[in-house]
Amino acid sequence: MNARRILAIARKELIQVRRDPRSLAIALLLPVMQMFLLGYGISLDITNLPTCVYDQEASQHSQALLARFKASRYFRVVKSVRDYGSLRRAIDGGDCQLGIVVPWNFSQQLSALGKSSVQAIVDATNDNTATLAAGYAQSVVNAYAGDALEMRFTGTARQLGAPQPIAVDSRVWFNEDLASRDFIIPGLVAMIMALVGALLTSLTLSREWERGTMELLISTPVTSLELMAGKLLPYFAIGLADAAFCVALAVGWFGVPFRGQLATLFLTTLLFLAVVLGIGYAISAAIRSQIGASQVALLFTMLPTAMLSGFSFPIDQMPAVIRAITYVVYARYYVTIVKAVFLKGSGLAQLAFPILGLLIYAVVITFIAARAFRKSLG
Amino acid sequence: MNGQIIAENLFKRFGDFVAVDRVSFSVDRGEIMGFIGPNGAGKSTIIRIFCGLLRPTSGIARVAGIDVARDPEAVRQRIGYMSQKFSLYGDLTAEENLRFFARIYRVPRAELDARIRRAVDMAGLAGHTQALVSTLAGGWRQRLALGCAILHKPAILFLDEPTSGVDPQARRRFWELIHATAAEGVTVLVSTHYMDEAEYCNRIALINKGRLVAVGSASELRRNPRLGDLLLVECSDIGRALAVLRGAPGVREAAVFGNTLHVSVVDKARALSEIPQLLRAQQLECARIAPIEPTLEDSFVELVGRGEAGEREAA
Repeated sequence: MNARRILAIARKELIQVRRDPRSLAIALLLPVMQMFLLGYGISLDITNLPTCVYDQEASQHSQALLARFKASRYFRVVKSVRDYGSLRRAIDGGDCQLGIVVPWNFSQQLSALGKSSVQAIVDATNDNTATLAAGYAQSVVNAYAGDALEMRFTGTARQLGAPQPIAVDSRVWFNEDLASRDFIIPGLVAMIMALVGALLTSLTLSREWERGTMELLISTPVTSLELMAGKLLPYFAIGLADAAFCVALAVGWFGVPFRGQLATLFLTTLLFLAVVLGIGYAISAAIRSQIGASQVALLFTMLPTAMLSGFSFPIDQMPAVIRAITYVVYARYYVTIVKAVFLKGSGLAQLAFPILGLLIYAVVITFIAARAFRKSLG
Repeated sequence: MNGQIIAENLFKRFGDFVAVDRVSFSVDRGEIMGFIGPNGAGKSTIIRIFCGLLRPTSGIARVAGIDVARDPEAVRQRIGYMSQKFSLYGDLTAEENLRFFARIYRVPRAELDARIRRAVDMAGLAGHTQALVSTLAGGWRQRLALGCAILHKPAILFLDEPTSGVDPQARRRFWELIHATAAEGVTVLVSTHYMDEAEYCNRIALINKGRLVAVGSASELRRNPRLGDLLLVECSDIGRALAVLRGAPGVREAAVFGNTLHVSVVDKARALSEIPQLLRAQQLECARIAPIEPTLEDSFVELVGRGEAGEREAA
């Protein structure tokens, strides 16, 4: 291994990335786009759900209840109707996704029985939104019912064991400050690293094959290990810069709490980069066209990271078979680490298991990548 | 030993296709050896074997006494290579390419600038060193590629069709550079499919269908006793005339050269009178018939034809 040769290759590679619009877009534009698109786009919360109300009672109680809906950030009351037909048309026409119907005997039941019911009609064509909307609506009603009862009991003698009308639904606190974004964005950092790292390196050898420069390179005394080191070095730098950028955006823009140590994140990111860059490099050695190599690289990095790393679907809610498969998905370990460093402030000691998983992967992949390229045309 | 290259029974097979068929030759230090033959004859394959890019199926390629298949890295520091397809980095400038290869070949730092300046002067690239290589014209690119190939002062240069697709003036200039390099003691193995370039080489190896057909200097190969006497025939319908003369009594071989025929005959005096009669009998007007000195191409046509006839007999 000769340092000067490695640096010569690294320098050449950087110049080429700088002059290649495609690589440049992957290195600079892709992280920004992914952060904003997915940071805002993948939110498991709903806010400002267009809502239609049908107040049959039109009493002080019903108006107070609907005022709670209006005040909630989850709902935006867009229409008030006077019959079921209009409500149905509003939902069918897409004007609103949720209809709240307050029955004519709402107040009476509330005072007589200590509980009452409100009808929520949900457009369930998007069933995820529908489930969430129904849940939110229920918690708004519950909260109101609780307050209303409390008011009723105030002034009278304290009745021990007074029936709590309905227990408060736990969903509210879960989404109270848009917590799902806090879970998604750290995982997004992993996703972007996988995507950028593997895509860029998948082009690096295939570009030389495609343009015919590989033949000359092979005829020089450069060794295949020097070539690999020189070619991966710039992408480590680019990957780390992208990671730093994503973390800065996560904390500074999206307001995700960062409770751990930067050093922990840095070290584990290096390991993760070693894995994805190695995968991209090995693919690039095997597939001698840039398009083909980048497609395969996406298949091996983005897909498992998006589906099986716990980035978008919680691993503990997967079927046992799929959960077992996630142990071979290297991104799983990094996503676990990033989330823990961000949200729990975990240190190296607590993360020993996922770090070990990542380390094993890094060693194996580096070994494969080192053997993937041979200095021969045959 | 130090500038010498030797092929011993070199054989290379790709699947069922035999690309190089038991080829043996040697080139001495400072000699320019030209590989001549049609496309697909196996010239590039032989050169690639010598550069360690392909492993021979059998036989040995030695560069400076080293078996290439056994120790390709030791060979690579001693050789310079220009591949058939232009293979510098088009998205790098001329100077960036030179610096890159100089560092890859570990040219001493103290000498780096001087060697690059020399390569730039040699290639006539002064003033264009900051241009992206993809924007340079063909002749400049080829000279730059040669400049990159000799930065580390290799003992042996392998040039695979370095002048293909380059205009005649640039070709001429390129050959001057090859001669200047060889004059410094560098052994050059160069392939081409331009027949006229054979004259620039010290020795020529004629290669056809993976076989070495003949080796010798241009004048040795021109003096081909099997050619017999050669006549130039100019007539109205060359295609038909060729058909008539091929296989006519006293005619060894006939071939089209431009808008004339070169006819190799057993007896010059008889042919001079018989051929016009033969053509006239077929309503062909013979405008001119005259004895000529054989060219290299005549000799190659004869040698290749003989080789293929031998093949047919063997089969």
